[in-house]
Amino acid sequence: MASKTLYDKLWDAHLVKQQDDGSCLIYIDRHLLHEVTSPQAFEGLRIAGRKPWRIDTNLATPDHNVPTTSNERSIGVDGIEDPVSKIQVVTLGDNCDEFGITEFKMQDTRQGIVHVVGPEQGATLPGMTVVCGDSHTATHGAMGALAHGIGTSEVEHVLATQCLIQKKSQNMLVRVDGKLGEGVTPKDVVLAIIGVIGTAGGTGYAIEFGGDVFESMSMEGRMTVCNMAIEAGARVGMVGVDQITIDYVEGRPFSPKGANWDLAVAAWQDLHSDADAEFDHVVVLDGAAIAPQVTWGTSPEMVLPVFGNVPNPAKEKDAAKASGMARALEYMGLKADQAITDIQLDRVFIGSCTNSRIEDLRAAAAVVEGRQVAKTLKQALVVPGSGLVKAQAEAEGLHTIFTNAGLEWREPGCSMCLAMNADKLGAGEHCASTSNRNFEGRQGFGGRTHLVSPAMAAAAAIAGHFVDVRTFN
Amino acid sequence: MQAFTQLTGITAPLDRANVDTDMIIPKQFLKSIKRSGFGPNLFDELRYLDEGQPDQDSSGRPINPDFVLNLPRYKGAKILLARDNFGCGSSREHAPWALLDFGFSCVIAPSFADIFYNNCFKNGILPITLLSEQLDQLFEDTQATSGFELTIDLEAGVIQGSSAGDITFNIDSFRRHCLLNGLDDIGLTLEQADKIKRYEQKRQQQAPWLFAK
Repeated sequence: MASKTLYDKLWDAHLVKQQDDGSCLIYIDRHLLHEVTSPQAFEGLRIAGRKPWRIDTNLATPDHNVPTTSNERSIGVDGIEDPVSKIQVVTLGDNCDEFGITEFKMQDTRQGIVHVVGPEQGATLPGMTVVCGDSHTATHGAMGALAHGIGTSEVEHVLATQCLIQKKSQNMLVRVDGKLGEGVTPKDVVLAIIGVIGTAGGTGYAIEFGGDVFESMSMEGRMTVCNMAIEAGARVGMVGVDQITIDYVEGRPFSPKGANWDLAVAAWQDLHSDADAEFDHVVVLDGAAIAPQVTWGTSPEMVLPVFGNVPNPAKEKDAAKASGMARALEYMGLKADQAITDIQLDRVFIGSCTNSRIEDLRAAAAVVEGRQVAKTLKQALVVPGSGLVKAQAEAEGLHTIFTNAGLEWREPGCSMCLAMNADKLGAGEHCASTSNRNFEGRQGFGGRTHLVSPAMAAAAAIAGHFVDVRTFN
Repeated sequence: MQAFTQLTGITAPLDRANVDTDMIIPKQFLKSIKRSGFGPNLFDELRYLDEGQPDQDSSGRPINPDFVLNLPRYKGAKILLARDNFGCGSSREHAPWALLDFGFSCVIAPSFADIFYNNCFKNGILPITLLSEQLDQLFEDTQATSGFELTIDLEAGVIQGSSAGDITFNIDSFRRHCLLNGLDDIGLTLEQADKIKRYEQKRQQQAPWLFAK
């Protein structure tokens, strides 16, 4: 039998039909829904008089629009001050009730960011195909699943048919060898990868992350990396299944039980690329050479080690690149050649589907413990990824460490990652953010985002500007 | 879905790489539960000088006179020229909805982000990939002639109207067929219902845990 990559195996196992022109019908095992990209899909079903094909594969939770202050949350949906946000959350609830779809509503402790909730519940499993109307669905590839974002028409298509019409992507391996240095985290790894291959480098590819660094990385770390595959242009990011994966999945509410567990674990042993599998493209990085990363511009590929200096367009030979660089510097309010560590911050955001899991919060708490947020900062937010992450953090006393240091401890949701709720940047404000996109206006009109790891964001909150967390004391 | 066969229209140049879907339609407008009405907020942060709000009448807002779609010569444009990696970032289908609502039903670029590219076909928008040099020529054409128009013939796979002559393009046959006939993907897939059911039966035997209640 010809050797296969993990992506090949997952694809072949879900192929319902291949057309002569190469387009394929692919079966979907898990469909996650949230309130922003689903209302028009449900409306489409109703207009066409169609029913969902297989209700039990769907799982929904509101996340983008939910308020994160305990005051607003304590009242429930009626506490959402913004009427248009409220309509979306209410509409998701109504649609799920009408069609009988399981939904973790706003008041449920299991509610949270959909990409935190899925793995946490065992609702996304190794070997599954997982889709959601959200580009950060690649997160679930950390489980050894084939997971990617889809548009709203495809949400409707999956609801109605349990399938998607797809073309197979090419295979890319991103291998990070060696061992990461102290203070260097999965977020730094994925930012460094994007810095190397660029925001379009993965377009048309499914990326598998392999090598020593990923083999020893925790599941939550793997989720952080796979989450940002789309920021490298790849819809799909994934890591092969190993004992770390299986240990993570065992005992979760939606995980297989009893005899099914044994069957599943036996089947999952094959969910890795064969040793001699061929990739269309291979990128290799040295883990030991990766330093804590900070983005300086308006695209995730505009990233540098924390000890770097902002680039100078005058020194860039490629005219298109130079003009993009100049435009980014102007938007970001930065001077060419200025040191990253001289960037003064207005706000700090620790949260998002990239970095709001318990390990992220522990890393941030370890840095701020016994210290105080810089007086120059307007706000430092910590937003757990789900109600269960919040409860765990509180059981460990992390919330007290944060609040004692002057950070705000919030309710779970997407929060300031995309400013669809009340948490946002003001024009011109610089934010150290553990989220995934530094696009113009992403965190608020005129806001300036710098992407970093939770530990780096925490250190920046204390210092008021970027510092190298490895030497911060 | 509206069928796409031939299109003749004014062609507008957006000379900027990595245009992301946050830029095409900013997040505050995603709160709508409809598919229409996004046109006035297409490229909102580039088009206007103030911050737009959902449900606001945009007709009285201060416009950015330098933004290309605000120039009189591109009024009524139906075809958008763009640069590399157009539509990157968020999967929001509101981006093609906004383009369509504004009047664009064809985007021509050297490369597109995958999810955006897919989303276009679901909405009757034709995304055409050309070489960078071919785009350079079209960008020049829009500068040389006010009201510059192109004609897109999907059946023939040809763009007419460039000073450099006809340009051919390729679209994979299934997507082309669906666009030309305005076909509903879901209806087509449901014709395969027997195959989907057979797959499920087989899969349930191989992986029963995926079907456990």
